[in-house]
Amino acid sequence: MMYILRRIILLITTILLVSIITFGVFQILPGDPVRTMLGTEADPTQIENLRSELGLDRPLYEQYVDWMKGLLTGQLGNSIRFSMPVKELLFDRLPVTMSLAGLTLIIVLIISLPLGMFAARRQNKLSDVSLSTVTQIGMAVPSFWLGMMLILYIGLQFSFFKISGYIPWTQSVAGALSTLILPALTIAIPQIAVNFRYVRTAILEQVQLDYVRTIRSKGMSEQNVMYKHVLKNSMIPILTVFGLIMAEVVAGTIIVEQVFSLPGIGQLLITAISNRDFPLVQGIVMYITVAVVMINFIVDVLYSVLDPRIRLR
Amino acid sequence: MKQLQRYTKKINLIIGLLVIVGFLLVMIVSFFYTPHDVNAMNIPEKLRGPGGAYMFGTDEFGRDIFSRIMKGTQTAFAVGLLTVAIGTVFGILIGGIAGYVGGWVDEIFMRTMDALMAFPGIILALMLVAVFGPGITNTAIALGIIAIPAIARIARSGFVQQRDSEYVLAAKLIGVKPYSIMFRHILPNISSQIIVAATVTFATAMLAEAALSYLGLGVQPPNPSWGRMLKDSQAYLIGAPWYTYAPGGAITILVLGLYMLSNALRDFMDPRSKS
Repeated sequence: MMYILRRIILLITTILLVSIITFGVFQILPGDPVRTMLGTEADPTQIENLRSELGLDRPLYEQYVDWMKGLLTGQLGNSIRFSMPVKELLFDRLPVTMSLAGLTLIIVLIISLPLGMFAARRQNKLSDVSLSTVTQIGMAVPSFWLGMMLILYIGLQFSFFKISGYIPWTQSVAGALSTLILPALTIAIPQIAVNFRYVRTAILEQVQLDYVRTIRSKGMSEQNVMYKHVLKNSMIPILTVFGLIMAEVVAGTIIVEQVFSLPGIGQLLITAISNRDFPLVQGIVMYITVAVVMINFIVDVLYSVLDPRIRLR
Repeated sequence: MKQLQRYTKKINLIIGLLVIVGFLLVMIVSFFYTPHDVNAMNIPEKLRGPGGAYMFGTDEFGRDIFSRIMKGTQTAFAVGLLTVAIGTVFGILIGGIAGYVGGWVDEIFMRTMDALMAFPGIILALMLVAVFGPGITNTAIALGIIAIPAIARIARSGFVQQRDSEYVLAAKLIGVKPYSIMFRHILPNISSQIIVAATVTFATAMLAEAALSYLGLGVQPPNPSWGRMLKDSQAYLIGAPWYTYAPGGAITILVLGLYMLSNALRDFMDPRSKS
């Protein structure tokens, strides 16, 4: 219980600090933000109106408290460019990004787990070494270029795939898949490379422990040693990495949505930055970051449930 | 099979060094000489395939892709070096003070670093670029800020480890100033970990710069940037696929070289850790 309590306090401090950074960064903008948003030719009444609408005429701490209140109640103010509530804009785009991230995670898991197990069992053999080399290349390729290569070699070769735009699941499952598989693969490949290495190391660490030697000497088949004992125990470190990978996947959607013109949150963020629509940028950054922090919190709590030793630290 | 392992270590070091020295030479040459003018447009020659006068072909304005790749090394190294400089200087300062002083200073500094690390890297980069605006220097400052927490953590754990060792105690007793103890005595002892971290930072900075430039928020034209070239090449993917290979290949090879070098450095400098 103490562990979870400590974790919750840490979670709250992290979110508070993240909010202060997100809020504070926009205070160091050179010049007058309202003028930057409206351009130099804006007339004074317009400037005054926008300033009081954004609450910029009040003290900084009041602005921050207001913004935090909005954050907690989900009212993040209005986007300047779209003149719509930030919340609505986000919710419109959320299904695209969520489906992309979800599909990516599934792909990462179903490929990296067996691959890591395979490499661990053949440690230092040629297949293991070559897999490690290939995954290192996978980590070095920029994801957006990988996406372009997938478009060129898969998307344009098979008529099933759509290389831009999005079809909602509710309209057609095949349609949604045809728009999402390639972007999901694009984000997944570097993450598979990372996760593969962790799975491999986690299993190798288990294999050298005494209990494995004992069950082996009792005559248990290699299959059972692997699946019933080693894999179960190595899941614990793998779960932690999983939290990190979730964060990378969420971040990956931002760029890859641009490559495949998917109307998700990433595309919204880029549009917001190009239009200097700062309330929208702040809102998106805050929500994505809080989502990632929450995921890591949940992973940590799960971790302590699975491995009671953690709670004693 | 131990041999195969030792062999891969050496291969990592050799290939990593070759790649980086190769790109460095290209960068130095590009200051004095490129086969064609980097920015000279030549519309009749646009989107030529590789070969002949244009080794890697030409882009949509008839500019020589090879020359632009050469010039692009300047951008890549400028952003990479500046990012590493900002990240290591501030990382060592923050982590060093936190680790050496300890107490509430440590708590405040490191919680702030944790908060910075809670942001997904690209999100923080985009937010900072939104505030600072685009350009080589601003991109590097944004990426440098992002690099600080990881290096600060490494520096902190190093300083905490060394803080109570005998040579530090001895230095304190003969009245060496805290500043000298931190940077003249402790820092050299933990420099190998920091060098490894800096190499990785260099690689991730190049990838991040390419990503930001691809999104149109990093390096601005007419400065040639590999990420920007990739963005421009996407429109001609079907008709001129070679356009995308050159910048994509350049980024991948250089980043791969840096990763290999950092792996090799880790193995050689810190024999205890296993890759």
